[in-house]
Amino acid sequence: MNPNKLIYLDNNATTPTDPRVVEAMLPYFTQHFGNAASRNHPFGWEAENAVDKAREQIANLINVDSREIIFTSGATEADNLAIKGVFEMYAKKGNHIITLKTEHKAVLDSCKKVEKLGGEVTYLDVNREGLVDLEALEAAITDKTILVSIMFANNETGVIQPMKEIGDICARKGVLFMSDATQAIGKIPVDPKALGIHLMAFTAHKMYGPKGVGALFVNRKNPRVKVTSQLDGGGHERGMRSGTLNVPGIVGFGKAAELCQTEMSEEAQRLSGLRDKLETELCKIEETYINGSTENRMPHVTNISFKHVEGEGLMMTFNQNIGVSSGSACTSASLEPSYVLIALGLGDDLAHSSLRLSLGRFTTDEEIDAAIEQISGGVNHMRDLSPIWEMYKEGIDLDAVEWSEH
Amino acid sequence: MAYSEKLLDHFKKPKNVGTLDKDSKSVGTGLVGAPECGDVMRLQIEVDEASNVIKDAKFKTFGCGSAIASSSLATEWLKGKTVDQALEIDNMAIVEELALPPVKIHCSVLAEDAIKSAIADYKKKNGQEA
Repeated sequence: MNPNKLIYLDNNATTPTDPRVVEAMLPYFTQHFGNAASRNHPFGWEAENAVDKAREQIANLINVDSREIIFTSGATEADNLAIKGVFEMYAKKGNHIITLKTEHKAVLDSCKKVEKLGGEVTYLDVNREGLVDLEALEAAITDKTILVSIMFANNETGVIQPMKEIGDICARKGVLFMSDATQAIGKIPVDPKALGIHLMAFTAHKMYGPKGVGALFVNRKNPRVKVTSQLDGGGHERGMRSGTLNVPGIVGFGKAAELCQTEMSEEAQRLSGLRDKLETELCKIEETYINGSTENRMPHVTNISFKHVEGEGLMMTFNQNIGVSSGSACTSASLEPSYVLIALGLGDDLAHSSLRLSLGRFTTDEEIDAAIEQISGGVNHMRDLSPIWEMYKEGIDLDAVEWSEH
Repeated sequence: MAYSEKLLDHFKKPKNVGTLDKDSKSVGTGLVGAPECGDVMRLQIEVDEASNVIKDAKFKTFGCGSAIASSSLATEWLKGKTVDQALEIDNMAIVEELALPPVKIHCSVLAEDAIKSAIADYKKKNGQEA
């Protein structure tokens, strides 16, 4: 293969839009451009029919009623709507929300906003594997608790939480269960009704659909869940989310859902094979650690720390060719290393040394071979340059060194 | 973030990577930063006692590309300078030479600290403490 060809291993950040999805969307920009809310002429009917079809396709993928799908601009908006919307709607019942320290910022920052508005939020720890402690969760639920928000699969580690067990606890305690399922939907089977999930946020662009369109699943029966709208306007989406529907985006979202449904099981098997190969080969490098549970994990993700190698520097050895993410501070604006990895109990040094590799529908065997070679070469290059690797090899106890922190 | 050609060159083909004998009287060693912060620089100078000229400089750095390039550049600049001239190297000169973006200025500060720390170590060993 061409050594200069770009290799994309950052599918948890976003996936390329499948060409079949783009094909389905195109007529809805120019030919069928109507507003789905225009109820009294054919332009509007065409758009509405297209939205209805997409809603069915998405509902089918997660085995729910199409009336339970509320379209949004993405998962961030859906997370905001679920958390703030439940907080407002159920204010009479209570003001307490429980979530995890490893949630996505869209959930954590929505919870922080709730705290500013007078709510109370419990941020639960996870164990070394990245998993919630079910007993701690149950113990945290009080008579003021209205919502438990726990993500399906983590964006950095791919770790899948015990959703059924969490759903059972929530049902027994009579609290709503919301999940950010952005990283799971379309990649593994997700059935909120069977798991006891009442609200679920997800987005098209993580499942080979377009950016700028997402959805919130809102359970309609037993219990009937409602959220207070966070955008005021025309009362679209059963009054829960005003704003003209992004018809081409929704059509693409629907097509993407249909494709995922047909291709999921084969794709997951292929990707876990490639991921395992990548992981096995990279773990042959000494002092290399996998972060998070390898048992309860998405098939296409691995998060690996290479001790005494700084993640951003490592990425620079190959990022002209390969797109990946790092938990290193330097890749974020904050200068703090990944809070998700820190919550797993990693030291700052190992968090700085991490790479997240996420494969996707278009990842090939040849690309994985090339990535193994280039990443291994990068780790060796960085270790040749690393004073702490040299000290470690000399047997110096790095914890005993007096570092000049800056 | 796009990096300058000079920075990429220092990162991919770093100059003066290595280790000098830290126990030698003519060698000064500076070790700055911390693994938890994501940057550790070790910079060493070897000084000609008679002329006070830095005849060799080596580094090893754990850190991002900008930190590695900053220390590589620093060793290049150190060689041939007297110890007093070396003390005048300013982090902003490194920023300009490598076109470091604002979020990477701390890498140049660390390189300046490493130079000063190596010189201080050398002076201490040779009874030249100010």
